[in-house]
Amino acid sequence: MKTPKALYYTESHEWVKVEDGHAYIGITDFAQSELGEVVFVELPEEGDEVSEGNEFATIESVKAASDINAPVNGVIIAVNEALEDSPELINEDPYENWIIKIELEDESQLENLLSAEDYEKLTK
Amino acid sequence: MFKYLPHTHADIEAMLDKIGVDSIDDLFSDIPAKLKDFELDVPHAHSELELIKHFKQLANMNKQLVPFMGAGAYDHYTPSIINHLINRQEFLTAYTPYQPEVSQGTLQYIFEYQSMITQLTGMEVSNASMYDGATATAEAMFMCTAIRRKQREILVSETMNPNIINVLKAYAEPQDIKLVMIPQDEGHTDLKALKEKINDNTAGVIVQTPNVYGIIEDYEGYSEVIQEKKALFVINQDPSTLSHLKTPAEYGADIAVGEAQSLGVPLSYGGPYIGYMATLKKHMRKMPGRICGVTKDQDGKRAYVLTLQAREQHIRREKANSNICSNQSLMALFVTIYLSTMGKSGLYEAQQTSFNHAHYLYDMLLKLPQFEAVFDRPFFKEFTLKCNIDTDVMNNKLQKHGFLGPLDQGLFNEKDKGLVTFAVTEKRSKEEMDSLIRILGAL
Amino acid sequence: MYYGHTIFEKSQEGRRGYSLPKSEIKEYKLDEKLKRQSCPKLPEVSEFDVVRHYTNVSFKNHGIETGFYPLGSCTMKYNPKINQDIAAMEGFSTIHPYQPVETTQGLLKIYYETQKILSNISGLDTYSLNPYAGAHGELIGLMIIKKFHKDNNDLKRTKIIVPDSAHGTNPASATVAGFESVEVKSNKDGTVNIEDLKKVVDDTTAGIMLTNPNTVGMFEKDILEIQKIIHEAGGLLYYDGANLNPILGMARPGDMGFDIMHINLHKTFSTPHGGGGPGSGPVGVTKRLKKYLPSPVVRKAGDLYLIDYKDEDSIGQISHFYGNMGVVIRAYAYLLTNGKERLPEIAKMSVLNANYVKESLKDVYKLPIEGICKHEFVFDGLKDESIDVRTLDIAKRLLDFDMHPPTVYFPLMFKETMMIEPVENESKQTIDHFIKIMRTIAKEAKKDPSILKNAPYNTPVRRLDEALAARKPIVSFKDYTDSLKED
Repeated sequence: MKTPKALYYTESHEWVKVEDGHAYIGITDFAQSELGEVVFVELPEEGDEVSEGNEFATIESVKAASDINAPVNGVIIAVNEALEDSPELINEDPYENWIIKIELEDESQLENLLSAEDYEKLTK
Repeated sequence: MFKYLPHTHADIEAMLDKIGVDSIDDLFSDIPAKLKDFELDVPHAHSELELIKHFKQLANMNKQLVPFMGAGAYDHYTPSIINHLINRQEFLTAYTPYQPEVSQGTLQYIFEYQSMITQLTGMEVSNASMYDGATATAEAMFMCTAIRRKQREILVSETMNPNIINVLKAYAEPQDIKLVMIPQDEGHTDLKALKEKINDNTAGVIVQTPNVYGIIEDYEGYSEVIQEKKALFVINQDPSTLSHLKTPAEYGADIAVGEAQSLGVPLSYGGPYIGYMATLKKHMRKMPGRICGVTKDQDGKRAYVLTLQAREQHIRREKANSNICSNQSLMALFVTIYLSTMGKSGLYEAQQTSFNHAHYLYDMLLKLPQFEAVFDRPFFKEFTLKCNIDTDVMNNKLQKHGFLGPLDQGLFNEKDKGLVTFAVTEKRSKEEMDSLIRILGAL
Repeated sequence: MYYGHTIFEKSQEGRRGYSLPKSEIKEYKLDEKLKRQSCPKLPEVSEFDVVRHYTNVSFKNHGIETGFYPLGSCTMKYNPKINQDIAAMEGFSTIHPYQPVETTQGLLKIYYETQKILSNISGLDTYSLNPYAGAHGELIGLMIIKKFHKDNNDLKRTKIIVPDSAHGTNPASATVAGFESVEVKSNKDGTVNIEDLKKVVDDTTAGIMLTNPNTVGMFEKDILEIQKIIHEAGGLLYYDGANLNPILGMARPGDMGFDIMHINLHKTFSTPHGGGGPGSGPVGVTKRLKKYLPSPVVRKAGDLYLIDYKDEDSIGQISHFYGNMGVVIRAYAYLLTNGKERLPEIAKMSVLNANYVKESLKDVYKLPIEGICKHEFVFDGLKDESIDVRTLDIAKRLLDFDMHPPTVYFPLMFKETMMIEPVENESKQTIDHFIKIMRTIAKEAKKDPSILKNAPYNTPVRRLDEALAARKPIVSFKDYTDSLKED
């Protein structure tokens, strides 16, 4: 299982990557492997607000469906449209293929998230 | 010993021995004694001869009438081969195709069924069937609220069959969905009223054609009004009329639903029938029920499989939009074989004959003083007239002659008292119609 | 491949499979603006084409008459032929649902008598036969619970308790009926954990949904205590009739304290499953809930059977007419054939068969729940966990031996669940054969797991690419021909 060091993680298996005040959100390698072959990603719309702990997208595999929760609050500034036609990208590289990009509302919320080290312990 | 239970005494003894108990009763020792203390009060076991005799008596207690009534159940011709084929045990006794390798038969006919329903309606995707037309309409209502999320109001045309409206009401109530009626304009959903009623809280608009009076509704201009409010447009349509009539897709519908009994399914006192549902690909993942798709097996061979299962209750549990699991699969096969046998020209011919015969009867009845025209609107195989004689007297008289007379609309709606609706299919011969006309003329 | 074609690929322009009488009536014209623009592309085939096509399609299915079908929770019992003959009688099949009741007394009598027998078997007061399927029955039952609390002005009751081992329809039905579902934990044997139940029950509890025996085939021994807890808290008990077969004539949900239940006529009462319907899911209630049953209601007044539509208290209409009458007729015939004498035998033999399979295979398959089961039980994969073979592989290998696999990966309590229900009609000899095959498969798994992983070999198609189907849905023949163009 890959768990890049520079990212923040949640117990519900999302990751957050911060770049210039923006945050990219996706699901972890562990999550994609548990789900199996991803067949569909139901994406939100640009401009939607997301809030910590609430779902903003749904990922479907052949035999499971999983709600993806926002790790932090914010407003969506971009969605990864490539996932609409090629949902399998999530399986191929879950860290390269983010789901949404948001404008962070409160950077201090990041402090509540797990480090790579803590997350690795969780999934062992 | 009993014909459905193969166990011999020796078998039972050997099996109990393997299990390690002394008696069958020991297998039920976990049930509290208090719960075992009751007496079954049901009829004694019938032999096959007794059973047949009993059911013949029951069948004889029903009178087979020649129907001139439709009201949601139509007496169309059923090609003989259908019953032979659907009674093949491979179709009849199998269950839901969860093991696709040994269910390709079921999956293939579902695929063919979906293909035919999409051809008829012009829509992009159909599910594998619903219980009946009324519940299919209720599920379409749930689709509207699932897609629109925040909108909780559904507009329903007053010209729909009141039984369908009743089902919508029963399904809407526990979820607090608000139903608002669109009034009619002389037997047709009123577009002006629709424009007035539609608002930002409208999730969907549901109409029916041909409607409860048999009138063909024209939805030119409706979808524009509905789309402007981002609501969904649901058309409930008798699919047999789609041999001729403009399709839900051509009218810009988001969802097409209806009762497919009219595709040759026997009257059978109201069931089993089959509801159909079709939609656009963009709404596909919110559609309830099973969907079959094409794929390949590991040798690259074309194969069929249930797909998009992540929408369904067995995976989504409390987050599913619908709780539907089993549908009316064997009836979907029925309809598929009907549409294959009748084919392109047969469906058209049967429906054109129904149309011609209905119009003939309409013209002839209007020559009688007992009937008057009410609506100046086009109709298909069902039409409504004002009846100047007591409807009970009329229908009793017809029944004595072996006919099931028209529907008394007063039973559906007090305000429609005195209106009667006749249905005529390709099965009604000129002799039958002329005989009906003679009896009515003599009243 | 020729026989694998769809009916559309067999179509030839101008071919016909029907004949209609010539009509003497002149042709009337439909207004042009109401006409569809394009003709629907339906097949053009001869009658014989249709017969041969669907006969070949049928060969690709495994039915109950093909071979053993121990699909847990589905009660795949023999569907007696005589019931088909009876349901097809013209005195039933040609009757219009709106014929006056004086002309439909035979059908109404069947409806009325069937509901009476079901009431007696289950210990409830009255049934509606209008629901079309088990899930439909569940929804109707929950609507009744909702209406009951509403009428008592007890509006805070918004939660339905569902065991974590329950079938997915239970929580889904609760949502559709406007409830929130709350899970109650199970004990190791799948029975309700009473301590946890006490924790989740409160004055917001509308009711609980249970099967008994439960989804792993164990009888809920504490049912009387459970009913006390729920009733004292002001909730109602709903019985999911999926597992009624093993208690027929042995115990009754009504006596256990259940207020509402549905019965799957296509499981317990042998009506054909039809590849997934039409079924029938009658809903029964106790006396105090009778007034809420869906409309219309069939009632007897003197010697006459009547249909009543207007009842203020009813939850309303949930079907266009009176349910799947054709299915009800078959179930009534089955009830009469078995009668008082045989109904308890059904339960006994189904339980005997299940326990026999369990005891005969538990040395090679992992039995997570010991003890006497009812009509079904679960294995959790192979006993030898060092073998790299999954339940799915075992299921697929069974197909090569002309047997339908058990229900797999349900309930979710175990990782490699295999739920086995060998119904009462199966003889010791058939079951012994199944046991032998299951042992052979276990041996193969030990010798060479790849034998199982590549199975099946002898089926009409082999393992399928389900992800491909879901990623690029091809759901009609038009989609299919379009996809060929893209390639």
